[in-house]
Amino acid sequence: MIDFVHPALLFILGAVPIPFLKGSIRKAYLVLVPALAIVAVLTMEPGNHGAGQFIGQEILFAKVDKLSIVFATVFTIMALIGTIYALHLPTAGQHVAAFVYVGGALGVVFAGDYLTLYLFWEGMALASAYLVFAQGGEQAIRAAFRYLMVHVTGGVVLLGGIVLHGLAAGSLLFGPIAGTMGIGGYLILAGFLLNAAVPPLNAWLTDAYPEATVTGAVFMSAFTTKTAVYVLARAFPGTELLVWLGTVMALYGVIYAVLENDCRRLLAYHIVSQVGYMVAGIGIGTEMAVNGAASHAFAHILYKALLFMGAGAVIEVTGRRKLTELGGLYKTMPLTVALYMIGAFAISAFPFFSGFVTKSMVIAAAGQDHRALVVLALTMASSGTFLHTGLKLPYYMFFGTDRKLEGREPPRNMLVAMAIAAVFCIVIGVFPGPLYALLPHPVAFEPYTDAHVTESLALLMFTALGFVLFLKALDPENTVSIDTDWFYRKGAQAFLWFAEKPLARYEKAVSNVSDSVALPLLHGTARAGLRVDLNGVDAAVNGLARAILVGGGALRRLQTGVVTHYALAMIAGVIAAVAVFAVVWQ
Amino acid sequence: MIKRVVDFFGDEGHARSRRRLFYLMLVLVVVADLLVAREHAEYLWDRLPGWSAAYGFGSCVLLIFVSKFLGHQGGLMRREDYYD
Repeated sequence: MIDFVHPALLFILGAVPIPFLKGSIRKAYLVLVPALAIVAVLTMEPGNHGAGQFIGQEILFAKVDKLSIVFATVFTIMALIGTIYALHLPTAGQHVAAFVYVGGALGVVFAGDYLTLYLFWEGMALASAYLVFAQGGEQAIRAAFRYLMVHVTGGVVLLGGIVLHGLAAGSLLFGPIAGTMGIGGYLILAGFLLNAAVPPLNAWLTDAYPEATVTGAVFMSAFTTKTAVYVLARAFPGTELLVWLGTVMALYGVIYAVLENDCRRLLAYHIVSQVGYMVAGIGIGTEMAVNGAASHAFAHILYKALLFMGAGAVIEVTGRRKLTELGGLYKTMPLTVALYMIGAFAISAFPFFSGFVTKSMVIAAAGQDHRALVVLALTMASSGTFLHTGLKLPYYMFFGTDRKLEGREPPRNMLVAMAIAAVFCIVIGVFPGPLYALLPHPVAFEPYTDAHVTESLALLMFTALGFVLFLKALDPENTVSIDTDWFYRKGAQAFLWFAEKPLARYEKAVSNVSDSVALPLLHGTARAGLRVDLNGVDAAVNGLARAILVGGGALRRLQTGVVTHYALAMIAGVIAAVAVFAVVWQ
Repeated sequence: MIKRVVDFFGDEGHARSRRRLFYLMLVLVVVADLLVAREHAEYLWDRLPGWSAAYGFGSCVLLIFVSKFLGHQGGLMRREDYYD
């Protein structure tokens, strides 16, 4: 009996046959692999697998403990949901990329050492970039290149950190490094924060996700940032910096969401906001806070995917993505509306939905740690979350002005995938016990107290009142928002301008100078050189040769061949040497 | 069933009953929040009656106007061809 099947290998090796399968066999196969992976995760026991040596370093291919099992469980469930949502795709490319992407995420979650982690980390970046490239069109391809460039840069930073940390710590085993933070530790942290989309390193996410394919964005919303949350929880729990970054992040995403017109970009900003709760929880670092971060990641993956699936269904059916061009779809897409709203209630943390039992754990942990400001900021972000994903987005997408769009429900596989996610959102909210039992630490938190329920409802309902009263102020506008991607997008434009304008002009000026001045000068110099060569140098050489010839003749006359002449010359030489010696060495 | 619920929130004909339901819920929620027993109030604001409702409304309004201010006056919102 095999006691451990690495789910990452199931996905990565399982991706190989996809292009060779057709029709319903392929569909059955695509569902089978994630289902097997779920079984593999549910049956696995904590322990170490695949320990070995590589270039003199300890390697641990898979380290299974409670923290990795929580993330692996939700990753495999999400892989199944995402695969069902994408089942109608006629081509194999995106399925293969999605499987490799999921495999990479699972590889990171079980990685016991930094080299294994890095390998899967880069695999994720490449595979996920394909999901943006696959959308095609100039806009998507440009975004995909930016996405890839940012992640390759982040990967290099991470690798540099790993090498420095490995040299300093003497081991590449993956574990908490908060105690011995050197430059290596900070570089690793930076690499992780980039993938967690912590501002100012967040713009790759909100830039690329809305440009991905309808089905690809669903996968992307789940894996990259949450893998980063996992590695942060593993390596940097209790890092004070993370508390503040996470809190700022929660509000940052909410503020940008107000300005956004693209439906999936608005949702992407809410990933930034929600991951803020997790990052803050990890920063607080108490058992309850880490539990909160892990459980919130679990719930978040499912409701955020549901929201992306709902927005994706609208894009799939109408071909439109801007709120200014959408509206009035509730008549033709009631199921999509209802399923989307379940995700919206879950992310907004309504009682009996999943966000209620997880988000509140992070906030309660902040309260227990006496961080009043964090509590207030995260509560404010909760209000903003409901304002956008629960009110603004559905209002302008499904209700609002009727744009007379030809709507219909999306393909059945999409609805089934959304329904599965919706069931999880409700079941986790009503029965949090099984999720709490999965968490890395014992849970002593009761979400359903009278005060918590009424406070949450009051907060949310009066947010709705604000929305109703100031609806006009929220009308979407046809704009793009400047985020930190401004620096590299405008920076790249400035660089290209510099290459095209001043640099090219300088190059032209230089070649002009060489054409008009330098070349004639060189020609003249060459001609002068030729003259000097012919008249001067050659004459001198010839003269020298003649002189040597004459000198040689004279010397030849000195050679007599008579021994006494030579002996005489030697004696004269010795006398001269003695004379010199006597004079100089006195 | 689902379609009827969704239609209730969308159709113009239900606007009046929708509004009534909404205001009724606001009142109920505040009353319930006032009546509920609190074992311990950790922070000062926990003791203020109706704090959550006020904070929710305040947060919502603050977020809308601060964001729009940053967008319009702060120059964060740009024309769609800004990067082209």
